[in-house]
Amino acid sequence: MSLPEGVKRRSFDRQERLATQGPPVYGEPVVDGWRRWDPDRSKLGAMLEKDIETDLRGGETVLYLGAASGTTVSHVADFAGPTYAVEFAARPMRDLVDVARDRERLFPLLKDARAPETYAHVVEPADVIVQDVATRGQAAVALANRRFLRDDGRLCMAIKARSEDVTQSPESVFEDVIDSLSTGYEILDRARLEPYHDDHLAVIARPR
Amino acid sequence: MDSDDGWFRGLDPDDGAAAASAITEGRGDDPADWPAIAVESGFAPDRETYYDRLRAATIEAAQTGVTKREQADDQQLVHAIRSLDDCERTANELAERVAEWAGTRFEDAGTGIEYARDLAEREPGGPAEARLIKLAGRVAGLAEEAATLRQYVETAAPDVAPNLSALAGPVLAARLISLAGGLETLAKKPSGTVQVLGAEDALFAHLQGSAPSPKHGVIYTHEYVRGTDPEDRGSAARALAGKLSIAARIDHYSGDRRPELEAELDERIEAIQSRGGSE
Repeated sequence: MSLPEGVKRRSFDRQERLATQGPPVYGEPVVDGWRRWDPDRSKLGAMLEKDIETDLRGGETVLYLGAASGTTVSHVADFAGPTYAVEFAARPMRDLVDVARDRERLFPLLKDARAPETYAHVVEPADVIVQDVATRGQAAVALANRRFLRDDGRLCMAIKARSEDVTQSPESVFEDVIDSLSTGYEILDRARLEPYHDDHLAVIARPR
Repeated sequence: MDSDDGWFRGLDPDDGAAAASAITEGRGDDPADWPAIAVESGFAPDRETYYDRLRAATIEAAQTGVTKREQADDQQLVHAIRSLDDCERTANELAERVAEWAGTRFEDAGTGIEYARDLAEREPGGPAEARLIKLAGRVAGLAEEAATLRQYVETAAPDVAPNLSALAGPVLAARLISLAGGLETLAKKPSGTVQVLGAEDALFAHLQGSAPSPKHGVIYTHEYVRGTDPEDRGSAARALAGKLSIAARIDHYSGDRRPELEAELDERIEAIQSRGGSE
């Protein structure tokens, strides 16, 4: 599979690592202007590192749900086009605003991803939705935000089992989430994110 | 603004504050090709200018929203109670270090923060003792800061959550708000959750099937829980948590003082305690 344009494997400490070009954000190593993208700290980074077919090409319009302090979304904004970053918690948003100040086409939105009607007046239709929200009801979030995805768009989602139900096994949580996700999306691929992230499942899907 | 309009509808492109508030306050049902619509409607001459304006507006809106939320009184209280706990923990840890070190130099060496305070007053007899005595002074200073922070929490908590502070005491009220992450989140939690806030490890062990359910979390520090016989402690914790969550809801949603809550709680606890462990 190919990496999106703007993402490359570069040598850091004699090891080949993912990297993007942009202003540094979280103290990551930078070589010749390329910032290392650490798959241990980023679920999307782990998807690319594990060769999961994300269909990302570079330059897309992206809606990023659960942007947190901007670790991953900074790399996304480096290779993608206009990037809308939704995060509801104030503390990480403080850091995300700093990341956005250094980037031309990264738009921070202090909004609840479970309430898309609070940002539909701002966000344009997207080629890609990246979802990494650590709340219960992750499928409901993806379904509620389906309205933003173009018909040929892609959902790249990391499902966190422990956010959904700590008493069930991760596999049965994933089955439940995928079942309800399937009411609005066609699942193209799924893969666990170990060893980078425990009890996380990556799902690539397109709207039905 | 109509629900089908973009955030920029009717905005003066040069009015940054209005733009930010349109991002924050506006609503819509469905997305649209806002950049194209903005250019068509004359809000921006081209897409790139539109994105520049969107960028300025979203950054301003997010920054304003963050400041407002983070500087809210309940969040300041959360920082104060966490700082208090950090100061106390660090003072105790350093006091242990001081006691270890002092034991090697003084026959009459003691332990604890009280001893560190005494030691800090002494005249050093050499460079090593000078370091030890300075360190003891830091312990005394941290303990003093913790006491001042406690006074601050005791005056601030009743302003933020009057009913909760009256029922729980200001320090426990602040702890509950801190564990929940804020007064609003505490107000939205069911009382069963309030009952076990602070006992998350035990709760998750229970949910995974390997342990009994915790009877109480941080509300254990309340005299109504601690002062009840062990057999009835679960009931007391449940009754207390029920009233505390009602108090938190009144504090968040209305802010009125409701003294009858305390009377109701007193009565309920009295009934539980008078069972004398017979249930």
